[in-house]
Amino acid sequence: MTTPQTTFDGRAWSPCLACLAGALGLLAVVVASFVYLSVSWGDLVSMESMRLMGRFIAEFFPPDLSASFLARTAEASLQTLAVSSIGTLLAALVAMPLALPASGRFGRLSRAASRLLLNVLRSVPELVWATLMVLAAGLGPMAGTLALAVHTAGVLGRLFGETLENLPPTAERALREAGAGPVAAFGYANLPLAAPQWLGYALYRWEMNIRMAAVLGFVGAGGLGQMLYFHLSLFQQAQAMTVLLAMFVLVVGVDAASGWLRQRLTPARG
Amino acid sequence: MTQATASAAALARDPAWHGRIGGFIAFLVVLWPLLAWSEFRPWLLFDSQGLAAMRGFLAGFLPPSTAPDFLALLARSTLETLAMATAGMALAFVLAAPLAFVATRALSISRIGPGPGVWRAAIVRQSSRFVLMVLRAVPEVVWALVLVRALGLGPGAGVLALGIAYGGLLGKVYSEILESTDTQPARALLEAGSGRLAALLYGLVPGAAQELASYTVYRWECAVRASVVMGFVGAGGLGQLMDQSMKMLNGGEASAILLTFLVLVLLADGISAALRKALA
Repeated sequence: MTTPQTTFDGRAWSPCLACLAGALGLLAVVVASFVYLSVSWGDLVSMESMRLMGRFIAEFFPPDLSASFLARTAEASLQTLAVSSIGTLLAALVAMPLALPASGRFGRLSRAASRLLLNVLRSVPELVWATLMVLAAGLGPMAGTLALAVHTAGVLGRLFGETLENLPPTAERALREAGAGPVAAFGYANLPLAAPQWLGYALYRWEMNIRMAAVLGFVGAGGLGQMLYFHLSLFQQAQAMTVLLAMFVLVVGVDAASGWLRQRLTPARG
Repeated sequence: MTQATASAAALARDPAWHGRIGGFIAFLVVLWPLLAWSEFRPWLLFDSQGLAAMRGFLAGFLPPSTAPDFLALLARSTLETLAMATAGMALAFVLAAPLAFVATRALSISRIGPGPGVWRAAIVRQSSRFVLMVLRAVPEVVWALVLVRALGLGPGAGVLALGIAYGGLLGKVYSEILESTDTQPARALLEAGSGRLAALLYGLVPGAAQELASYTVYRWECAVRASVVMGFVGAGGLGQLMDQSMKMLNGGEASAILLTFLVLVLLADGISAALRKALA
């Protein structure tokens, strides 16, 4: 008779030791993390703290919808919208010239140098840039704009450069061989191919930045974040709830606008 | 007469000039109020007072502070940040896995054929999707700011905030990954009468495990960055330390923390890349 105990490749069933060790290691790391933080989780889920938490949440409702407060919220929303838009625009303007060396057009040395610069810009988060910019530019929305611009320039520069690297080289070569100068060849061959993708990346970053711009106010960079921080500090939860709702509306609105622009301005791809 | 033909010739050269000029004017009209609202006055950066303050602060950056007790504090905060990210991810996974299990269409018995309970199943599925959407609609920093008010300063608020925001994100992505892999085996199991959990474990997870694990590791890397940022609103770790040093204008400490942060992010990148390569 046959031996049904062995599987197709002839191996008898045996526990995967590496998987077991990996799972145990993961469990150990997670447990160690919880222990290291020494948060008294028991107190957190006790009846008393649950009751307090419930009361805290209940204080957020109903949101403050008085006309004067709505007007102030609308003003802050416009400021946040402006910070995210101008920040993204500035970032795109800075990223374009940085993308040229980053795509390796001017030799290996300038490629490495520009990539290092872009990496440094990118790896410091927006909120950290914002604390630095508040020192340089003072409290207010300009600090937030600059912080967004600096971080986003790092991200967009890398993406723009990669776009340039991935373009088909044939169009530019054809123009160059027909006698066009390097600037004309780039402008008429590469730029039209790269522009829709660049625009798409910029719009995508705008969607991310509207979320960030709403948060940057926590360190004093104006807009909705500053309002939220202010009202939560004074334990005015009803007002905070209005600001949270405004953030939500703004994010959804920008997502819709960006999607519409992307459809209108960038050609459909197959 | 000649002028008219000349301008007509110019128009013929660029048939799209209406759109171009109109678009450019619309752009300027939108740009102007945005510049005003964001109070964009870059020349303020270069006035002498601000420059002097900035120069003083930046001069303090070098050398980075290496006082032994500060370094000990730095090491403790770094460990705290890593622990926050790991614990937050564990919490997010515990939240996301059951919600994704309910929300994914790949395991829907009621969608296989007409039968009772189609509406009930759809309502349960849609409501779990809605919960996931609400959890991730608010950024983790905002969750942290709110939770710090409720739970007090410290890493507890950060862990919960990460767990909530990333729970929503992971749940959505998990359910999408399960839908995008080969769903035939799960469907065959369900049609043969197996339960949903068995269909998940034997039909979907073997095909999707690598992608699920790789995405989770990538999110852990993001969680490390996020836990630094959450420290700025008082949720402990490196961010809180940095916030304090910045407020005291202590450049040496700030630069040491920034360097630590960069190393930590690079390290998390490296670990995440190595783990994902090992999983592939």
